[in-house]
Amino acid sequence: MNLTKSTQFLGYTILRLSALIIIAILLFILWDIIAQGSEVLSWEFLTQKPKNGMTEGGIWPAIVGTFWVSLVSVVFSVPIGMFTAIYLNEYAKQGRLIRIIRMAIRNLSGVPSIVYGLFGFALFTLMFNFGLSVISSGLTLGLLTLPWTITASEEALKTVPFGYREASLALGATKWQTIKTNVLPYAVPGMLTGSVLGLARAAGETAPILFTGVAFFWPILPGFPELFTQQFMALPYHLYILATQHHEILKVRPLAYGTAFVLITLIILMNSLAIWIRYRFRKKYK
Amino acid sequence: MTDRNKRKVTVRRFKEKTIEKFFQANGIFSIIVLLGIFSLLLIEGWPAIKKLGVAEFLFNAKWNPTSFEKESYGMLSMIISTLMVTIGAMILAVPLGIGCAAYLADVANRKTREIIKPVIEILAGIPSVVIGFIGIIIVGPFLADLLGTSHGLNAINGSILLAIMSLPTIISISEDAITSVPMVYKQASYALGANKWQTLVRVTLPAAMSGIIASVMLGMGRAIGETMTVLMACGNAPAFPQSIKNSVRPITSTIAIEMGETVQGGLHYSSLFVVAFVLFLMTFVVNLVSDIVLNKYQKVNR
Repeated sequence: MNLTKSTQFLGYTILRLSALIIIAILLFILWDIIAQGSEVLSWEFLTQKPKNGMTEGGIWPAIVGTFWVSLVSVVFSVPIGMFTAIYLNEYAKQGRLIRIIRMAIRNLSGVPSIVYGLFGFALFTLMFNFGLSVISSGLTLGLLTLPWTITASEEALKTVPFGYREASLALGATKWQTIKTNVLPYAVPGMLTGSVLGLARAAGETAPILFTGVAFFWPILPGFPELFTQQFMALPYHLYILATQHHEILKVRPLAYGTAFVLITLIILMNSLAIWIRYRFRKKYK
Repeated sequence: MTDRNKRKVTVRRFKEKTIEKFFQANGIFSIIVLLGIFSLLLIEGWPAIKKLGVAEFLFNAKWNPTSFEKESYGMLSMIISTLMVTIGAMILAVPLGIGCAAYLADVANRKTREIIKPVIEILAGIPSVVIGFIGIIIVGPFLADLLGTSHGLNAINGSILLAIMSLPTIISISEDAITSVPMVYKQASYALGANKWQTLVRVTLPAAMSGIIASVMLGMGRAIGETMTVLMACGNAPAFPQSIKNSVRPITSTIAIEMGETVQGGLHYSSLFVVAFVLFLMTFVVNLVSDIVLNKYQKVNR
């Protein structure tokens, strides 16, 4: 009897330990980057361009570049993701087409990011002749985030109680009227969560933009016409350069920490926002 | 019904049908993208396959497309590198991940769960380039001290980082699988006098096994396809890997390093698309297996 009890204690301790180890890893990563990164953080670091071969100055062009490229990706993927989710959850009946669409979505979410990069390069940069630009990169990232937006949108639609639809249909409304007035208004906040998550993901990806437009150093900020014609800087790529490709790696290490700090703060803020929206949303319908 | 009303109904039906078709087209877009990736990789890689043959890619050990004397296009060293790093990552991540999932599903109370789950979501959100940076500044020096090598950028480093990256996937899907084991299974076990631990190990985990296996496969798929982390932390030596202490260059790193230097339409360019196609097939198969296993478990438990 005692033996089984101590086995249980031992077993539970191991389980607890594995959870603790994972939390410790995360805290360690965050602590290291926050502690070292906050030292270089200043107004100048955030608002200036890199200077003296990127050994001084700030990361403003990278912040702007990341903003634009994520925005393009979300503008591209969120509508398609929402419409796909509406089709899958509201219209589709069980059948071959649905099975294939779902299989395609699941497989797309497993395609390596570098393969998206290569695909975007061959398709947008070369075939469509968008060149090395924010648009090429943004569209590539949009394809990468599409499976996530679809899944998030579908989850949002699933939280809307079935009775809402039945009530509307029973009153003689058509399918589309029902969706428009009795489903979407309740699902849109949840769908927004998906787009915020997509935004966070797009902002952190490096591999898909490697060949489609990101630049080592590009002082011209992207704006409206430049979006289609010019290369850009991005936070994750900037971090990669500072960490591995710079000729004075040790000298720029603090700047690399600062970049990592800004990048990770942006992404955690966006993720927390999404988690918060979802949390409030779930509570509302329980 | 009057004529006018009839027309109204037809117009409305037509409108409804059009709207449905519009949403359907968006759904089909995903299929087009997947097929597009598949065929574009194949089209761009075709010149290299035609010229060199499939055997050159799969069975030649040496990858050296820019050699002056004799170029070679063997993927074997990359494939071995990728497998080495991935298997290492799984050895670390599987016990930890399943342990944490079991803790969340079976041991932790609701409050603890509500703290740990967002923590894991944050971990999942950390960009791969930041994890790679951690590999350079923390794991690398640590491994160099431990192994007595000049630098710690090697396969072990990559494995540790990929383990961290695949943990969220393994945990969340395993936890779903463990939680969805029907309550009656556990109650039957308790009724026979088993305690909570015995029930977990002998009843709940085996019942959730297919979901757990699927989660491991998905985590593995992520590890195989991960680019920036291995690019930054594995040392990028293109030689054939001898041991896990060696610097290695997995498939993803090779594409990332070399694509920028190629001439469009050249043999090197085309051969990198073949490499990407092999990578695509590897992750495709891994995901497919996890899909099949997951479907099976959903049927069994319902």
